[in-house]
Amino acid sequence: MDDRAKAYWKRNLTLVTVLLIIWFVASYGFGILLVDQLNTIRIGGFQLGFWFAQQGSQYVFIILIFIYVYKMNKLDKEYQFDEE
Amino acid sequence: MGIQGWTFLIVGATFALYIGIAIWSRVASTSDFYIAGSRVHPLANGMATAADWMSAASFISMAGMVAFLGYDGSVYLMGWTGGYVLLALLLAPYLRKFGKFTVPDFVGDRYYSDTARVVAILCAIFISFTYVAGQMRGVGIVFSRFLDVPITQGVIIGMVIVFFYAVLGGMKGITYTQVAQYCVLIFAYLVPVIFVSLMMTGNPIPQLGFGGTVADGSGEYLLDRLNGLMTDLGFDKYTDGSKPTIDVFFITAALMVGTAGLPHVIIRFFTVPKVRDARISAGYALIFIVLLYSTAPAVAAFVKTNLITTVNEVPYRDAPEWFHNWEATGLLRFEDRNNDGIIQYHADPAINELRIDPDIMVLASPEIAQLPNWVVGLVAAGGLAAALSTAAGLLLVLATAIAHDLLKRTMIPTMKEKTELGIARITVFFTVMIAGYFGVNPPGFVAQTVAFAFGLAAASFFPAILMGIFFKRMNKEGAIAGMTAGIIFTASYIIYFTFINPEINNADYWWFGISPEGIGTVGMFINFAVALGVAKFTKKPPQRIQELVENIRIPRQMVK
Repeated sequence: MDDRAKAYWKRNLTLVTVLLIIWFVASYGFGILLVDQLNTIRIGGFQLGFWFAQQGSQYVFIILIFIYVYKMNKLDKEYQFDEE
Repeated sequence: MGIQGWTFLIVGATFALYIGIAIWSRVASTSDFYIAGSRVHPLANGMATAADWMSAASFISMAGMVAFLGYDGSVYLMGWTGGYVLLALLLAPYLRKFGKFTVPDFVGDRYYSDTARVVAILCAIFISFTYVAGQMRGVGIVFSRFLDVPITQGVIIGMVIVFFYAVLGGMKGITYTQVAQYCVLIFAYLVPVIFVSLMMTGNPIPQLGFGGTVADGSGEYLLDRLNGLMTDLGFDKYTDGSKPTIDVFFITAALMVGTAGLPHVIIRFFTVPKVRDARISAGYALIFIVLLYSTAPAVAAFVKTNLITTVNEVPYRDAPEWFHNWEATGLLRFEDRNNDGIIQYHADPAINELRIDPDIMVLASPEIAQLPNWVVGLVAAGGLAAALSTAAGLLLVLATAIAHDLLKRTMIPTMKEKTELGIARITVFFTVMIAGYFGVNPPGFVAQTVAFAFGLAAASFFPAILMGIFFKRMNKEGAIAGMTAGIIFTASYIIYFTFINPEINNADYWWFGISPEGIGTVGMFINFAVALGVAKFTKKPPQRIQELVENIRIPRQMVK
């Protein structure tokens, strides 16, 4: 693998790692492990932990994919690996 | 017009639409048949993926399960959506770049081994068969309840429709039918719940009404009302869970990773033109899925509240009409234990007189909320769309696994394209027949076998594909050992607890309190550990494989 491809791959891995940490925190963190603590906070009729488990995590997932798409398309161009 | 008239009309119209699309999209090449010639627009692929993914279980059963499980039902909501993040970030773009037809293609080529290919074929066949039987049962339930057709005839009608467009159009026919089916199913899901949300909370957006106040002037929040009703009847609070945290964690993980490893979902990302399209198309798919999945918990809370207030402590002879209709299907049962003629619903099995199958909650919700008859017909058409779209996607995986992976790639590489296409079509025919048989005579263990499908996908495909892309050093010895270990472990645990010793299938006997539904996560870790261990002590993959991996990591086609 040449240097350009190596650098590209490293940037890709960093991006994916950051996004997966957020993915983990929003679902396993807020929705499962910290659910009781967050449930003491209320927004309208929702207890926050319950909201993350049944609603919030799903919205976070969508946002994560679109951030990934945007960043990767930029990265592809920067390293000239984008498809013609 | 009555419920049956409306249902016939709406279901008939949607079926005519599917057949029309099938005739318009007939195909003549294997590439069109397997992956729609890789010419599907990412937005269309997103819709098709959503319909492919959302099965009878998502449409018919899920909100009902959440209604009965409360907070614990979140495992399905997070598990079946979070997997798309893994799919989009870790698998889909690279598999699209790899650019063959199937998952066993990737496993076999990347691990330069027919053994690996055959292991992958067997997993794909097993996972897809388990799944397809459940879909046919869903078709049967809808037909028998709403159209008064015996389940057998209902299943046969469903089989004929799927057969028609899968054989004619292959992946191309399936894709465009799935786009139509997505529109039907999401419309059918949202219309009744918008009505119900408006009636119960005064807010037309169910996701907000769910957290709003009850529209009876009391100013009480809906979830507080529901928690109160539940505790009065001796249940846990709706918003609290009763499963141990570790089990919730492992089930969620198994469902997420399993989703990312399901062959009929992965194969959809082979159908778009470019790597870029595969990424965005996973994003579109998740939006379309979340449209239903974020609505489902609202449906669950509405229907549960409604159910308790309309039937509990109500005299049996005054029970609403839907109550008696569903009693006729056997999915709802009332047994007057204390002979007072009044329906008592309670957590204590000694007092409880009402048994409700969670499967009826979504289908019955328009009737429970007394919505107009056409809405009931619409929901029936939606349930059928969900079941048929998933069944078609699975049948295609089965046909490619047998015609392409097993016959063409493993046994008779010299086979002509025309012969292969013919065999693929014949395979669809036989798999439809077998799936139909299981729809008419459902094995009693359909529910458990779905856990099986996810567990196996999590313990076999996901780690094998992931390491194939992200770990260049992974060789065939490691991958085969890892997949085998993962599958054997997961399968033994599930078989032991659900088939051999079902009487001890409870938290006291499970390892670390992990239920069979969640054990796929452990199987996945075993797969990783065994694969990495074996690969360390065996020789590197050949140079050309390392180049293949370097190549799939980069979107642009490299000219050598």
